[in-house]
Amino acid sequence: MDTKNPMVRRAYSWIDDRFHVTPLVEFMRHKYVPVHRHTVWYYMGGVSLFLFISQVVSGILLVLYYQADEDSAYESVRFLTTKVKFGWLIRGVHSWSANLMVFFVFVHMFSTFFTRAYRKPRELSWVTGFVLLALAMGFGFTGYLLPWNELAFFATKVGTDIAGAVPFIGEPMKIVLRGGEDVTGATLSRFYAIHIAILPAIFTVLLSLHLLFIQRQGMHEPQYLKRLPAEKKQMMAFFPNFLLRDVLLWLIVLNVVLALAVFFPWELGEKADPFAPAPAGIKPEWYFMFMFQSLKMLPAHVLFMEGEVLGILFFGLAGLAWMLVPFWDIKKKSGSKLDVMTGFGVIALLFIVVMTVLGYLL
Amino acid sequence: MNRRGFVSLLLGGGILGWLGAVLYPIISYLNPPKVPEANVQTVKAGSASDFPKNTAQIVKFGRKPVILIKTNNDEFLAFAATCTHLDCIVQYRGDLKQIWCACHNGLYDLKGRNISGPPPKPLDEYAVNIVEDEIHISEMG
Repeated sequence: MDTKNPMVRRAYSWIDDRFHVTPLVEFMRHKYVPVHRHTVWYYMGGVSLFLFISQVVSGILLVLYYQADEDSAYESVRFLTTKVKFGWLIRGVHSWSANLMVFFVFVHMFSTFFTRAYRKPRELSWVTGFVLLALAMGFGFTGYLLPWNELAFFATKVGTDIAGAVPFIGEPMKIVLRGGEDVTGATLSRFYAIHIAILPAIFTVLLSLHLLFIQRQGMHEPQYLKRLPAEKKQMMAFFPNFLLRDVLLWLIVLNVVLALAVFFPWELGEKADPFAPAPAGIKPEWYFMFMFQSLKMLPAHVLFMEGEVLGILFFGLAGLAWMLVPFWDIKKKSGSKLDVMTGFGVIALLFIVVMTVLGYLL
Repeated sequence: MNRRGFVSLLLGGGILGWLGAVLYPIISYLNPPKVPEANVQTVKAGSASDFPKNTAQIVKFGRKPVILIKTNNDEFLAFAATCTHLDCIVQYRGDLKQIWCACHNGLYDLKGRNISGPPPKPLDEYAVNIVEDEIHISEMG
């Protein structure tokens, strides 16, 4: 311990006597972050983590007023946003930080992809990261229904019906998700349970693994940096230099979230009515838009298949291939200018961006 | 098989059996029990003369939504209101004289046939009878 404060020293040695934390402190003391022109991408995971923490805190606060019931869910959210002091702020922070979290996880993923940080030895960091993204989208999908408004109601009908079109296991999966044949109060109870108990439990385990891997292996260095001799590499200590920069960025992000929650309050919309036509302009959350738009553009039948089944198979296989990228990675041939993996990444990114934009324009 | 192999098999089998005994009730629990469907044959949907022309209404037929349309020729039509594409509830478009699903822009004609967009199947038709100015909707056949 470097500190001169005798109280702190005594406390430290009390803990160290019992838990032997000195090796851990030594490990952290020798943790460095490479400094280069791509260092900025190292912060994206940290920002996602911070937004997840905001989700947990604001989510726990929302649970205190929310009622997961067909007759009172909408009213409880309305009460929370209009009557409860700062309720509008808590809900705004929850919604906005959820959206920003998915956004930053996407940025984190693509930056990892394009800098090839998924390669050996970080294959499992990539796989756990991908599953965390899928879970984050699951959080988004289940959370969207909870205010029980008509947009969410129909988005859930469509989303669970898509799950139902998966060959063989689709129909039973749909019934289990919906808690019956149709989207009803039973679906709301299930989604609530999934949103606040099942997903958080799984997410926490995977997130811990993901963070453990990063701590154990350290930051990925780009190829050109690896070739440099050690004395030419610029490094920054993780504790406290990088961490303090992380925290500064977290503060900025928190301010952005608060500003968004204040100036762009999250709408509640109309209460869901299971016997009313779907309203025009129905759309899912933006991060499902590219899939929604693709399904919308597919014809009813493609060859012998229903269009939506083909779409689901395509997204299922594409997602699986993306998750397993470290295991079929194609290395650039020396001397060749063509990098196949960058090509795949650009195509995936363009597809997502173009389909999302089309979804809002058409 | 030697003794060690036998014991391993017994233990392994025991663990598999135990997993089955734990997972079976959990999976069964997740699958919601079937709620018996109310056997609705006919529903009444109000007065035929009060129903505005070229409009439609969603009527509860048991637990299913049915769309009841009155055309410009005073003819009543009824179809299952659940889009055959992805389960949204359809609406009548007076301007197009067609049935429209807002979710993915599916269109059906006034015979319930899927004519444009992603819906793969036509809408099921219901019979409409007017008995002393009261609209009666019933299942076909």
